[in-house]
Amino acid sequence: MSLATTQSIADIRARNKQLIEEVLKVYPEKTAKRRAKHLNVHQAGKSDCGVKSNIKSIPGVMTIRGCAYAGSKGVVWGPIKDMVHISHGPVGCGQYSWGSRRNYYVGTTGIDSFVTLQFTSDFQEKDIVFGGDKKLVKVLDEIQELFPLNNGITIQSECPIGLIGDDIEAVSRTKSKEYGGKTIVPVRCEGFRGVSQSLGHHIANDAVRDWIFDKLEPNGAPKFEPTPYDVAIIGDYNIGGDAWSSRILLEEMGLRVIAQWSGDGSLAELEATPKAKLNLLHCYRSMNYISRHMEEKFGIPWCEYNFFGPSKIAESLRKIAAYFDDKIKEGAERVIEKYQPLVNAVVAKYRPRLEGRTVMLYVGGLRPRHVIGAYEDLGMEVVGTGYEFGHNDDYQRTAQNYVKDSTLIYDDVNGYEFERFVEKLQPDLIGSGIKEKYVFQKMGVPFRQMHSWDYSGPYHGYDGFAIFARDMDMAVNSPVWKKTKAPWKETPRAKLLAAE
Amino acid sequence: MAQSAEHVLDHLELFRGPEYQQMLDKKKMFEDPREPAEVERIKEWTKTPEYREKNFAREALTINPAKACQPLGAVFASVGFEGTLPFVHGSQGCVAYYRSHLSRHFKEPCSCVSSSMTEDAAVFGGLNNMIDGLANSYNMYKPKMIAVSTTCMAEVIGDDLNAFIKTSKEKGSVPAEFDVPFAHTPAFVGSHVTGYDNALKGILEHFWDGKAGTVPKLERRPNQAINIIGGFDGYAVGNLREIRRILELMGIQHTILADNSEVFDTPTDGEFRMYDGGTTLEDAANAVHAKATISMQEWCTEKTLQFVAGHGQDVVSFNYPIGISATDDLLVALSRIGGKDIPEQLARERGRLVDAIADSSAHIHGKKFAVYGDPDLCYGVASFLLELGAEPTHVLSTNGNKAWQTKMAALLAGSPFGQSCQVYPGRDLWHLRSLLFTEPVDFLIGNTYGKYLERDTGTPLIRIGFPVFDRHHHHRSPVWGYQGGLNVLVKILDKIFDEIDKKTNLLGKTDYSFDIIR
Repeated sequence: MSLATTQSIADIRARNKQLIEEVLKVYPEKTAKRRAKHLNVHQAGKSDCGVKSNIKSIPGVMTIRGCAYAGSKGVVWGPIKDMVHISHGPVGCGQYSWGSRRNYYVGTTGIDSFVTLQFTSDFQEKDIVFGGDKKLVKVLDEIQELFPLNNGITIQSECPIGLIGDDIEAVSRTKSKEYGGKTIVPVRCEGFRGVSQSLGHHIANDAVRDWIFDKLEPNGAPKFEPTPYDVAIIGDYNIGGDAWSSRILLEEMGLRVIAQWSGDGSLAELEATPKAKLNLLHCYRSMNYISRHMEEKFGIPWCEYNFFGPSKIAESLRKIAAYFDDKIKEGAERVIEKYQPLVNAVVAKYRPRLEGRTVMLYVGGLRPRHVIGAYEDLGMEVVGTGYEFGHNDDYQRTAQNYVKDSTLIYDDVNGYEFERFVEKLQPDLIGSGIKEKYVFQKMGVPFRQMHSWDYSGPYHGYDGFAIFARDMDMAVNSPVWKKTKAPWKETPRAKLLAAE
Repeated sequence: MAQSAEHVLDHLELFRGPEYQQMLDKKKMFEDPREPAEVERIKEWTKTPEYREKNFAREALTINPAKACQPLGAVFASVGFEGTLPFVHGSQGCVAYYRSHLSRHFKEPCSCVSSSMTEDAAVFGGLNNMIDGLANSYNMYKPKMIAVSTTCMAEVIGDDLNAFIKTSKEKGSVPAEFDVPFAHTPAFVGSHVTGYDNALKGILEHFWDGKAGTVPKLERRPNQAINIIGGFDGYAVGNLREIRRILELMGIQHTILADNSEVFDTPTDGEFRMYDGGTTLEDAANAVHAKATISMQEWCTEKTLQFVAGHGQDVVSFNYPIGISATDDLLVALSRIGGKDIPEQLARERGRLVDAIADSSAHIHGKKFAVYGDPDLCYGVASFLLELGAEPTHVLSTNGNKAWQTKMAALLAGSPFGQSCQVYPGRDLWHLRSLLFTEPVDFLIGNTYGKYLERDTGTPLIRIGFPVFDRHHHHRSPVWGYQGGLNVLVKILDKIFDEIDKKTNLLGKTDYSFDIIR
């Protein structure tokens, strides 16, 4: 067990403050000044975590962040299954993001579903020199011919598009008209825009507004009979099936889910969402924009929820039910009651094996705060957390609802800082991404990827919580962590005891 | 409820139960799905020669390419030098992608930094990003060398690396004498193998040709050593170690350039080694004196070898040598150039590979294969298949060019087993899908993405290539040399036997052939 739990809050605060000071020493003066604003020790009662965020990453520091294209194609648009998403520009972006996010869907891939195909205009030098619009026209024609059952096309701009002055909007309009009003969405998510994935989410949300919502027939007949219980799941990418293990709970409590944004989602679901009575927002960071828009334009309220771990799930089910009548409120109670035996069994089995273990997180979107409750349900303690591309409103939510006093906070952390923090805090588990996984495992610290669920999942909902508990246990208590030192070598240093 | 604490069901089983299946059925009404009959009709249509013709008529759209972009290759080459931090000048998201991609394949950390250029840099150029970036990297990660390459953003706006690095040094980002080789690696030219070539050439040019005009060029004093270049290779860990073992057995003095076999295979013992092994900078400089440079992959090293030859060395290139003849050719060349005999141990290893093939060839003989991947890998795999009496039928390389096609065609023409084979440069895996439907084969050899073809066409996939994300640790074993040939043979045989077993295991129906001895 780590040293962290044996210290008082004041000791931990002092240690964490000192740790930040130490880490900053490595930087040239200008960089130290800038990074200092992103690192802090949370103080209970404050309205945010006291860090600056959503600011440009510093060159050369090994930021973990991605780009706007990743936020649009990789996160928001990519999972829409019945549309073809073109990675427009050179081959790499689409190649590296091909199938790696585990956005599960049901469909006949290559015929009526296209999520795990890599469509690219594969720019060559002549496309850069002479412009790529002509090629794009041809790309769209070829998609229409070879994939006649696609329900729409998006154009996901890579860096060169915005630099060479291509007019993808004009191409989209012309081709849409030519194909009888087909949905063709140009997205200006060039990787150099903004400071991280975050602007890509925003641009992608705006593209839904401008190129889908604004083209809807204002009084078009709904394709299904509306009910008072129609809701949409917003900001769930169905990683390992997350949206499914969420949807099942909402339906069991009596709601009807008419759309999933965007995991296992379809164009028809996006178009139907303005008919929802309530938008349920899981990943606030990536889809608050479109939720606010729907509130303003269509008068649909939105409600943030958290389906990680039984405490937050129950709290969320009740919060959602409060928007509806007694039938739904009773439904929520029924669901909570139905799953209580499962929750009890999972906690009984895994909590004794995880009690008191400490966790450090560094993830994107909603997870740096949302998963904290699930760890606490298992008796674990999150001692450090940070956002890859959070904004101040994320840190506010974190401070007000999630983190404990003296938690170490690190915004846009880089390789160097994260390693130093881990060395000092000696967590029993780290939850972060693929780029961090092997670094920390080499150091002998158990690790779970918390973007892809490390190829497991779902983690949402009650069904997901059982999997989450199993996975955290198998990481922390794997026998391999007792083998990292050869028996003939000297006693391991303290930090290597992390997994004892 | 199917979930339980005793037997936790994850995505593999959870969604198959009636509760989830009914839920997903009900979801369909909101999806406005196509008629199942229509989906079926189009699915069948994509299998036809008519579809193939339309598919091959594509001029602009690429679907499921088997290639990546230049900077990935640059990063891969750069980490093969001692204490070297790759620094990619341009947008930061690209670097996140290269690191993830390499980590997913090797199951190892991959350290690399970006100059994090954004809108203002797009307007004013990325000089300040370079100045700050080099200073930060140098202070934080204490590298011995920073190897700079570029993303397409920096290339489109025309940033001049040579001038930028010079200015950065003048501004004190790194000491004047600190090594910062560079290469322009535009993503819209060539592929990751081109990037490997450009980055390696950039590093050698830096050390041999006067470090961007700051020191005199090295004067070549020929010695007896041989330089080895591995090229972009998903099996670099196993292959480079195997080549080193062979050279040591032969007693040939050598330098492996861009040797990333250690940094992509570090131990888990409590310490994270950001840098490990690699060609020392001294060896990289002294490599100019070698009598010859041997490239294991011709199409990864076209410019580098030209540069090396320009310094007076003999240059020889191979095409990913797998199997008997390819290894024979390699050893004979090493012996000739290195002036050393081939030791008996290697002759015995050769004999063992021949022995293994003789034992097993009846199961491989006449089987048809489709192969895709990087140009050299395709060549190496196809030539081994010919030796096994197998029949390569489709060989496809998205980043292969006309010259590759010609060389492949000559290889195939030289064997009775290659007569029915077609070579496809510049094509992608959606083309290959059409080929597998209209001219089926028994097995497919390629990287992880081939599993989509396996699912669609039913062609069993043997994973040889890059990346392999969904099988673990194969990169640790060599595929080059006689030992490597044995590994490849076993990979192929295991799949063949597994397929035979799968087709003969129906109780009371087909299991008369479910043989215990094969």
